[in-house]
Amino acid sequence: MKIVVTVKQVPDPNSTLTLEPDSTISREKEVVLDPGDECGVEEGLQLKEAHGGEVILVSMGPERAKEAIRKGLSMGADRGVLISDASLAGADALLTARALAAAIRQESPDLVICATESYDGSTGMVPPMLAELLGMPQLTFAKKVEIDGSNVKVHRQTADGYQVVEASTPALITVTAAIAEPRYASLKGIMAARSKEIKQVTGSDLGLDRNEPAETIEGVVDAVARKAGEVIEDDGTAVDRIIQVLATAKVL
Amino acid sequence: MAAILVYAELSEGKLASTSLELMSKARELGDVYALALGSGAKDAAATLGKHGAKVVHVNEDAAFDDYIAEPATQAIASLYEKEKPDLILFGFTSDSREVAGRLSARLGVGLISNASDVTANDGGFVARVPYFGGAKVASMRANGKPAIVLVRPKSFEASEKGGTAEVKELDVALSDAVKRAHVVERVAEASEKVKLEEARVVISGGRGMGGPQNFPLLEDLAGALGGAVGASRAVVDAGWVPYSMQVGQTGKSVRPGVYIAVGISGAMQHTVGMKTSKVIIAINKDAEAPIMKMADLGVVGDALKIVPALTAAVKKKKNG
Repeated sequence: MKIVVTVKQVPDPNSTLTLEPDSTISREKEVVLDPGDECGVEEGLQLKEAHGGEVILVSMGPERAKEAIRKGLSMGADRGVLISDASLAGADALLTARALAAAIRQESPDLVICATESYDGSTGMVPPMLAELLGMPQLTFAKKVEIDGSNVKVHRQTADGYQVVEASTPALITVTAAIAEPRYASLKGIMAARSKEIKQVTGSDLGLDRNEPAETIEGVVDAVARKAGEVIEDDGTAVDRIIQVLATAKVL
Repeated sequence: MAAILVYAELSEGKLASTSLELMSKARELGDVYALALGSGAKDAAATLGKHGAKVVHVNEDAAFDDYIAEPATQAIASLYEKEKPDLILFGFTSDSREVAGRLSARLGVGLISNASDVTANDGGFVARVPYFGGAKVASMRANGKPAIVLVRPKSFEASEKGGTAEVKELDVALSDAVKRAHVVERVAEASEKVKLEEARVVISGGRGMGGPQNFPLLEDLAGALGGAVGASRAVVDAGWVPYSMQVGQTGKSVRPGVYIAVGISGAMQHTVGMKTSKVIIAINKDAEAPIMKMADLGVVGDALKIVPALTAAVKKKKNG
């Protein structure tokens, strides 16, 4: 089974954001493989271990996004593809999905695994776009995946439980962090990853033209901040103060 | 007059409350049409009419209930061809975003997600979107024709305006090609508790709770206050509690009378889902946590001691 896992390099969730002069969010900081994607890589590896095949990581980003791919390779993925091109910088969700789709199409995978959403954007728009562009069904919010021949079955997390969803491959699934605990890369894995292939392609290699961006930013203003209220150290009276606030708010 | 299409989300026959919130905004922006698909669509049409829809296109084919995203995408795309709305509004919910994403790719036009407001401006539409960790708000002009905007739940108040929608049966061919991701079983796990989105008091826990074994402390407090328990994405990701409890950008949006954030630092992913709560109380060991800068009352201390003491005090107050 041929499995593609999409991966993204994101600002370290533990660091703070800064703005560029043009109001875009700075990428010049500590970056890591998106923690959600680590779960996707792990699930891909587990499916490969159970059913055989190959795990290919596909990413879009600047040259240094290779580090994120390398991290996945050190966990055990077989090879990587990086779409990297200055003309793709600042791509919106649709352009990102089109670029990923063009690269993934060349691999003709049986299964595409995406995280439900990225850690930085957190909008979750790319996976359904990608599924549509690849002509695949989407099995989303998977907390469990089973493959039986050409049948893929997931437990899809919902607000009050889960649904069992089935489709035939090729298919795209999105996984939640509940799917699998990502493994640590072993020293051997890290060494092996150094010689694994990361193919680098440009937008023009993929025959991409830029679509009109979804939006034009017309202005950025400070959000209406809630005023900081009272901050107290708990010296034993905090509970009484909370009770007063609850009573004033008429919930007690 | 601009033509606005609202995608009315139905889940097992029930209209999503956020769809009615969208109607309030849509009727400010132009002539409102709605699309309701699957079982319950005709009943929903009556409700949508009361909220300002002039026309509701309906189709009750069971495929809309039983297959993920693709039949709905097909229906909207075919309605788009006929009606050419200027703006298509979706709720920013997990089900609607799957449909909106496919539609965007199908039509080849981009979309704007996570919006908190939409205005008509210069013959087009401008969405307000939280930006830069929520500290800023960007005004984004939608370049797409149609403009496709996904709006966060609870951004607008639903209100009836009176009126009756004309109900039109939408004729759409659903071939086997769109019946692929098949929902074969539905399993309910959540018990009948106060719903998070409707609770007057929400108590949410984050990493500062130390582990899943301590979440019952929050359940006890919620029980005493008649509230519901939520969680930050960090602890949902860590597997402490189910996704259905997540409050935040891609979890639930809540607007209770009182929101108590326990051991939650206050990342944008979380605060965007709760910052319009009337009163926010934060309990955190870190006085510098961002949540402390937005709380009406911030308590610096050990949550594992304060929460049980608070529960006892609430019970005492209620009983006497």
